[in-house]
Amino acid sequence: MSATAENHVHDDHEVHHHKETFVTKYIFSQDHKMIAKQYLLTGVIFMGIIGILMSLMIRMQIAWPEQPNVIFEALLGKWAPDGVMDADIYLALVTIHGTLMVFFVLTAGLSGTFSNLLIPLQIGARDMASGFLNMVSYWLFFISCVIMIMSFFVEAGPAAAGWTIYPPLSALPMAQPGSGMGMTLWLVSMAIFIASSLLGSLNYIVTVINLRTKGMSMTRLPLTIWAFFVTAVIGVISFPVLLSAALLLIMDRSFGTSFFLSDIFIQGEVLHYQGGSPVLFEHLFWFLGHPEVYIVLLPALGITSEIIATNSRKPIFGYRAMVASILAIAFLSTIVWGHHMFISGMNPFLGSVFTFTTLLIAIPSAVKAFNYITTLWKGNLQLNPAMLFSIGLVSTFITGGLTGIILGDSALDINVHDTYFVVAHFHLVMGISALYGVFAGIYHWFPRMFGRMMNKNLGYLHFWVTAICAYGVFFPMHFIGMAGLPRRYYTNSNFPLFDDTTNAQMVITIFALVGGLVQLVFLYNFLSSIFYGKKAEQNPWKSNTLEWTAPVKHIHGNWPGPLPTVYRWPYDYSKPGHEEDFVPQNVPLYEGEEELQH
Amino acid sequence: MTALLTIIIVLFVAIALWQMVKIFDLAQAGSGSSNNQVATDKDNKINGYLMLGFLVFIYAITIASFMYLGDLPLVSNSASEHGSGLDNLMIISMIVIFFVQTVTQFLLHYFAYKYRGEKGKKALFYADNNTLEAIWTIIPVIVLAGLIIYGLFTWNDIMNIDVEEDDPMIVELYAQQFNWKARYGGDDNTLGQANVRLIDLDKANILGLDEEDPNAQDDIIVTELHLPAGRPVLFKMRSQDVLHSAYMPHFRAQMNCVPGMVTQFGFTPTVTTEEMRQNPDIQQKVININELRRERSAEIIESGQDLVYEFDYLLLCNKICGKSHYNMQMKIIVETQEEFDAWMKEQKTFANTLIK
Repeated sequence: MSATAENHVHDDHEVHHHKETFVTKYIFSQDHKMIAKQYLLTGVIFMGIIGILMSLMIRMQIAWPEQPNVIFEALLGKWAPDGVMDADIYLALVTIHGTLMVFFVLTAGLSGTFSNLLIPLQIGARDMASGFLNMVSYWLFFISCVIMIMSFFVEAGPAAAGWTIYPPLSALPMAQPGSGMGMTLWLVSMAIFIASSLLGSLNYIVTVINLRTKGMSMTRLPLTIWAFFVTAVIGVISFPVLLSAALLLIMDRSFGTSFFLSDIFIQGEVLHYQGGSPVLFEHLFWFLGHPEVYIVLLPALGITSEIIATNSRKPIFGYRAMVASILAIAFLSTIVWGHHMFISGMNPFLGSVFTFTTLLIAIPSAVKAFNYITTLWKGNLQLNPAMLFSIGLVSTFITGGLTGIILGDSALDINVHDTYFVVAHFHLVMGISALYGVFAGIYHWFPRMFGRMMNKNLGYLHFWVTAICAYGVFFPMHFIGMAGLPRRYYTNSNFPLFDDTTNAQMVITIFALVGGLVQLVFLYNFLSSIFYGKKAEQNPWKSNTLEWTAPVKHIHGNWPGPLPTVYRWPYDYSKPGHEEDFVPQNVPLYEGEEELQH
Repeated sequence: MTALLTIIIVLFVAIALWQMVKIFDLAQAGSGSSNNQVATDKDNKINGYLMLGFLVFIYAITIASFMYLGDLPLVSNSASEHGSGLDNLMIISMIVIFFVQTVTQFLLHYFAYKYRGEKGKKALFYADNNTLEAIWTIIPVIVLAGLIIYGLFTWNDIMNIDVEEDDPMIVELYAQQFNWKARYGGDDNTLGQANVRLIDLDKANILGLDEEDPNAQDDIIVTELHLPAGRPVLFKMRSQDVLHSAYMPHFRAQMNCVPGMVTQFGFTPTVTTEEMRQNPDIQQKVININELRRERSAEIIESGQDLVYEFDYLLLCNKICGKSHYNMQMKIIVETQEEFDAWMKEQKTFANTLIK
């Protein structure tokens, strides 16, 4: 650390060769730190607010079906005549909530923010391999956000075929109003989003491979970087397949091809489509769709690994096993997509194969969970808000992951497929877990991003209320699902079979509303801390990784003077023989010190 | 009025937040350190205890869910032959899950409490242990291997239908936005050829049967599914417009209906509707539901439903299919072979319903 403190003396103007204008610094910035903040504000904060608001409206409709609601009237306008939500707009909310949360918040928002911020800083690089591509990636993402939001303002409403947009429902405007202009905008937005995501991912991969500083071997990479790197690789492998599915669907919709459609009679006429199959679309969709779960989850787990180790003041337990399990999860994630399709009409033999591969993925996941728990054992836990969210992530990852054993089993899936059981499962294991990862990351790296600290007490309040509400929402939901209640039903009181679930639905909605409201505490804390937070020290959490050796004030190029050199792995916490309980990566081994062989 | 109330509530929440922040800030004023947003020993202590409290909360919500919602899950009283095997697998998986959940959540939250940070304490430098890693790789492998093998046997049992040997009754389930139809093969138990291109609404050929096909002449099309108890049924699913899913939760049966192809699912219903209504669990469920319905009777009568609920099997649509997805059911009636035969006699054959 002293080395960098000396470097700090070198003046900033050395690095500032060319003048930055307002536009090049804040808008069309090529600096990874600024792009990370742009992703954070657009992806996580802005799209997150919209996504959560939608989920609350969905929950209110489920708890008080077809009741007039002033919030609906205010926000949905003509789609909630007299404040009663329309059935078509309910499906549209379900669809866009899923799309926004999965793709915009937890893929672009999560990876965009933390991969951009941390990859160059933690591997000791001046910036991304291509600052220009990085900027293009963000602005493509921005355009796709605008188009997706725009779809709420077209005549027939936004896409409403579910976030999985299975044809023929998504292909035929006569099947539902949302499949008209709304679906076109959805597809265009997603095509641009995928382009953005691919540019970002390629940049991350190249940067991690080529721009590591001296001494930063692959086995000395922090687990965050491993997770971001592998996530980018999965993205590059699987996103193009969704792009092809989207393009083929556009062809079917607009140019009369029959990739996914065949033998359709709707509204009194036979359509010309012949020979296509919706099951083909399902295969293409889930070839992205399942790896997507890990694109969302792995960065969150990477962030957690780093935060748990730092705040436990202990090395992460089983570094090699952690890397191996990330790689195993990545590999397996590309060969399990069929478990979304056990009852789609595909050959039952395929069901057997996918059951086998799916349950295998539980093994590396279990290894990760146990390693986190062992890292806590005999630690000296600093329970900062970031640490609470990380522990919370492990908790929901276990609770949500375990029910995957039921859903991944083709025989058991028959009766819980597409019920609320599935909703509870994936919200816990990827939704809440990944959101916790985002929150943990924001609390932890806020000083790095904005040079100020977030208020910890508001952070505690935010965590504990959120944690209680998350379980309050999703735990009882498993029971409703096992009662056989299908998801995506506008109302459940249209026939009496599920009347005995109404009270539970009400309780869930109340937990959801409280949980949604408490996010305002976070929002207030986040926004006010940017301007009024306490000034941060250079290394407030006493962390080992390189980003904390860079000066608090952001400069282009990250370090004044030469780049730091790395002498050790990032988890030398509480190592015997050192005075302090942390040894940053750029501190050379003292004479006779043994480096752990990893 | 409601708008005003909402504004007042939002205002109160804002004021409450502002006040809370002030209290927090005042509480911190004494500490004075430049780095006071990092957890202190006091924070570690409070949050450590809260971790224990949260563990209790997780257990409490588990127990409460079982107490108040425990009668909801469909893991008993299955109405089909394969259903009980599937329920057993579900119960075994659940036991495994709850065991692992209880233990791991305990370890996680207990460690978070036990090893909460204190100034001057040093953590144990403990980076690796191959034996431990091996243990928690191998144990899940063994447990999962057991579950996979059990699951695959169950799956194969359900999915393999031997038409020659079992002699199932062939029934077509036909889905369209937003209703179901069922078609029986008639006396020959063979469905006539059909394709949506042959639909002729003027002639009332609504399912697109081949009018020339001799097998189609005695086909019977109905809007209420009747099944004889004890006889295997093989369902052939078709859809005319978008994806639907034929979900029969009480029979532990589900299969998507895909336009352009025929999918299938077979099972043997074992419990008649009448018998199921006598089942104590179902009776209790019906009593509960009727109590809840009485509480909101005005609303129910207004919506045109019958106030008093009587149990019936239902076929539900379980794949998002458009505006009235939530309103796409068909009643299933399981009865004795004699009752079924009598009902079947009353139905008109395709040849008789066709307008020539």
